[in-house]
Amino acid sequence: MPPDPADAAVVAAVADAHRHEWAFVLAATVRVTRDLDLAEECVQDAYAQALRTWVERGVPASPGAWLTTVARRRAVDVLRRDATLRRALPLLLLDEQPGAEPERPDDHIPDDRLRLVFTCCHPALAETSQVALTLRLLCGLTTVEVARAFLVSESTMAARITRAKHKIAAAGIAYRVPPGEELPARVDAVLTVIHLVFTTGHTAPAGADLMRRDLVERALDLARMLAALLPDDPGVLGLLALILLTDARRETRLGADGGLQLLADQDRRQWDQAAIREGAELVRRALRHRPPGRFALMAAIAAVHSVAPTWDDTDWHEVVGLYDVLVQIWPSPVVALNRAVAVGFEQGPEAGLAALEPLTAEPQLAGYGYLAAARADFLRRLGRNVEARHAYEEALLLTENRAEQAFLAGRLSEIAEPNRT
Amino acid sequence: MPQYLILLYEDEQSWAEASDEKSAEILAEHGAFGERHRDALRGGSALQPQATATTIRGWNTGSPTVTDGPFAETKEALGGFYLIEAADLDEALAIARDVPTPFGGVEVRPVRVFD
Repeated sequence: MPPDPADAAVVAAVADAHRHEWAFVLAATVRVTRDLDLAEECVQDAYAQALRTWVERGVPASPGAWLTTVARRRAVDVLRRDATLRRALPLLLLDEQPGAEPERPDDHIPDDRLRLVFTCCHPALAETSQVALTLRLLCGLTTVEVARAFLVSESTMAARITRAKHKIAAAGIAYRVPPGEELPARVDAVLTVIHLVFTTGHTAPAGADLMRRDLVERALDLARMLAALLPDDPGVLGLLALILLTDARRETRLGADGGLQLLADQDRRQWDQAAIREGAELVRRALRHRPPGRFALMAAIAAVHSVAPTWDDTDWHEVVGLYDVLVQIWPSPVVALNRAVAVGFEQGPEAGLAALEPLTAEPQLAGYGYLAAARADFLRRLGRNVEARHAYEEALLLTENRAEQAFLAGRLSEIAEPNRT
Repeated sequence: MPQYLILLYEDEQSWAEASDEKSAEILAEHGAFGERHRDALRGGSALQPQATATTIRGWNTGSPTVTDGPFAETKEALGGFYLIEAADLDEALAIARDVPTPFGGVEVRPVRVFD
């Protein structure tokens, strides 16, 4: 028997609510339970109940509010039933007096998503834990899915999440939005986590696929949510712009043969123009703030590429100028590497190679394959094939992403034979 | 109100080599820290160097062994502590950041409550 189309619509509605409302529902439920595990259980129950109830009564006008009400009612029930059992648990600290609110879960549902965001991304948690909690609590991923994203076993990831949740409660990481003076540093920690989710998805650290679309889309969802909650924060605008502008090229990063396509070789007509327009407008807004943040500058660099009709039209002078500012506010060796590459395209491979030279002694870049790959490319352009071959071989050893490996191996084979002409 | 123990870990060699003026200056900073956070402070002390420590292990064996030295020998050794009250971890960290530790750093541990 074919599935009932009405049921299919309900399944789609629940899936959509899972993707877009999970953080809202969970954040509002945590306030009632003051316990992350119990809140997660209640929210999962609410989604399961939605599947059953919505088939009978139709999808409610506001699925998020419906789910929240059900989850919070369930939480109140459990708390009443297990009051003595739960008294021994350390509870999350709220910055306001827990009053009669849990008794009346149906009225006034607060938007507590920011509290949840700042709790997940608290700097007293290890960065890997911050990322795991963000995917689990804000995006609603299962532990198995989070484990797969970061290439660790399910048991390792489960232990990491349990440890982090326990620290939040036991060490007294409060469920609150930090006050004004702490806010910039705390927002930056959140942006770092979302950016890490994005980069992990954009170029998977290992495996057959260049990209992990699911992680890219989660990062985009998170950045959009944050932009809705903190609409005037330049860092948030910058990060959303960066993700949009970078991801606008998603369809062209692999060629017809499945091989990696460099920016220079991509078919720019296939870039997502709507994403580019939105990203470029966000960059303009983000850059109005002084000094510009690192994400706004990275987005501005991505925007320069996005508006160039062809690779040859790229305004490398502008790109290098933006990197000069970026390296000032964010003196990271990786930024310096990207700047050196841009110098190579602005002033020629000789200059690029010279700009890379001081970075070869940088311990942080010792295992970083893009340094060897950049050197290899400049050496190849200069016809210094013996040195180029060594650099390509080094780069090959330093990536476990198969699309990148195939690209580097292809370049290597082009210059494999000594030039006999 | 939750309590937190701030453990001060510092390089004992640097303390030993510090001039009298430098030592007096750091102690004065601890005095000023104590004044600034008088409302949150519940206790605290400086400790003698880890060379004065004695370790006892094997409580459950019935005949514990007593040995000379600290529980774990480290370059940056436990040299003092403050017990504070704070509303949450952020408030505790704000106070902990203010503890003068020129030769090391601090560790913040929530005090466990049994009821």
